[in-house]
Amino acid sequence: MAKLKGPQNASAGTISRRSNPLTSLLRRPEAGGALAALLCFAFFAIMAGGNGFLSPLGVANWLATASELGIVAAPIGLLMIAGEFDLSIGSVVGGTSMIVAICTGYYEVSPWIGVAVSALFATLVGLANGLIVTRTKLPSFIVTLATMMMITGGMLGLSILLTGSTSLSATPSGLAEWVFASNYQQFHVSIVHWILVTALASYVMQNTVFGNWVYATGGNAQTARLAGVPVERVKVILFVCASLGGALAGVIETLSFKNGNITLGSQYVFTGIAAAVIGGVLLTGGYGSPIGIIFGALTYGIVSLGVFFLGWNADMTELFIGLLLLLAVLANHRLREWAMGRA
Amino acid sequence: MTEPIIELRNVTKRFVGVTAVANLSLALRPGEVFCLLGENGAGKSTLIKLLTGVEAPSEGEILVDGRTVHFRSPRAAREYGIATVYQEVGTLPLMSVARNFVLGAEPTTGRGLFRRFDKEKAATLALQTLRELGISRVADGDQLVGTLSGGERQALAIGRAVHFGARLLVLDEPTAALGVRESATVLRLIEKVRTRGVAVLFITHNAYHAYAAGDRFMVLRRGEMLASFDKGEKSIGEVIELMAGGAELQSLLTAGEAGVVGT
Repeated sequence: MAKLKGPQNASAGTISRRSNPLTSLLRRPEAGGALAALLCFAFFAIMAGGNGFLSPLGVANWLATASELGIVAAPIGLLMIAGEFDLSIGSVVGGTSMIVAICTGYYEVSPWIGVAVSALFATLVGLANGLIVTRTKLPSFIVTLATMMMITGGMLGLSILLTGSTSLSATPSGLAEWVFASNYQQFHVSIVHWILVTALASYVMQNTVFGNWVYATGGNAQTARLAGVPVERVKVILFVCASLGGALAGVIETLSFKNGNITLGSQYVFTGIAAAVIGGVLLTGGYGSPIGIIFGALTYGIVSLGVFFLGWNADMTELFIGLLLLLAVLANHRLREWAMGRA
Repeated sequence: MTEPIIELRNVTKRFVGVTAVANLSLALRPGEVFCLLGENGAGKSTLIKLLTGVEAPSEGEILVDGRTVHFRSPRAAREYGIATVYQEVGTLPLMSVARNFVLGAEPTTGRGLFRRFDKEKAATLALQTLRELGISRVADGDQLVGTLSGGERQALAIGRAVHFGARLLVLDEPTAALGVRESATVLRLIEKVRTRGVAVLFITHNAYHAYAAGDRFMVLRRGEMLASFDKGEKSIGEVIELMAGGAELQSLLTAGEAGVVGT
């Protein structure tokens, strides 16, 4: 049988693959997020520069806030690129916090055991979310809302059953303290974790076959499936990654604050999605980049600490972020229309 | 005459209460464009589903390279080199030309943990294939597919299928949503693909498009073959009449004439 071979030789080198640099820059998914971060930084540097916003401690503070959010938002963003949401992420942070506190504060075992149990817990939550969503074809929005409530309730019950209390102290020690809860000058180690998580996510999206599958899954699951992409497996893996990101943030915050709290990280349900969207991830999936999410998280850190340094009410942060989110969604929507050829 | 790649012999497909395709036989040969014409509900979609492994025939057999096969899934049909290009879901608008082209068969470089997606090679393959299909306006592998024209998108989907080993290309209404110039691009694509020795099943409503591209023609009506003829056997006027007014035509013909049209 005449098996058709594709073109092999020819003068491929003569084809120019780059267009004008400005166009390619603006076409990048991270352009909007970078602009948002830059404008917010400029605004607060001018308004609050004298109040300590630009001091090393100030910078360390907003970088810490951004980094903890960024650790959660990076895998959440990948999941959103694949077309799914995870609302249970905040409860995973809180659940992890309880686990670490129960292990180190109540049973007084090594923090590493807390870390290991947290990782196992997060993997199971991610698997449950992923399998329920892919098997039932229900919207992940409602499935993860349900698991969020179950985790919060279940973990509180477990804590009372084991320790008789829901507020526990956590005790970091040894290498674990250095890895998850140390500072260099005023800069918290979470910044390093943020960079590592984002670098990994970025590498996966840009340079691996799996990254191509993630974009395709979110772009159109039917098309991806017809091309042979294991869409369900891609989603389950990303749900597990999202939960693990939440667990990492939970471990870092619990060992740093030395306190276990179920409500820890509950804000990430919203801020995680906001950071991803401000960073250029499309709500409908199929488009976005981990580098963009860095800018989304950075914007959040800059605004929340900027508002603090200005001496404004902390609620103003919400107002700012809400406005930015709205602008980002509008910009992303326009971009999508343009890319779909309907602008 | 060359051996057919795929052949249907006396195939019937019944759904509950409905016979979608009745006792149909056809052969698709390499380097030939087979046009399937007919109104909605004529059985075209069912025929595509039978050929691409989505449905199994109730009666009759499907042969690939002269041997009887039973496709268990669309994937099984694809492994025999049967590729369908879907107009709506053929490409992903928010992904680059290069990423679209290699989706599901991504080239890689490096080994083990360092095995990574070869973007350069993906772009080179995509642009080269597009150029061979006569699309020269696309010169950037990073360009988003959503910014391509309808014809260019079809070229990408068709080129992709052929590059990854399609021997039979099923094109379901590839010109339906396109303007005149874009349709011409797609017809040229079909011609290019045919000269490479691929069998093409071209499903269309448009008699002019069919007439311009086709080697063999079959008109379906209510799951049955109404007419079957080769290029040059009928004028375009006759083809249009067959397509548009099959029913009226039948009723106006004498028994003898109906026999001629029916074979």
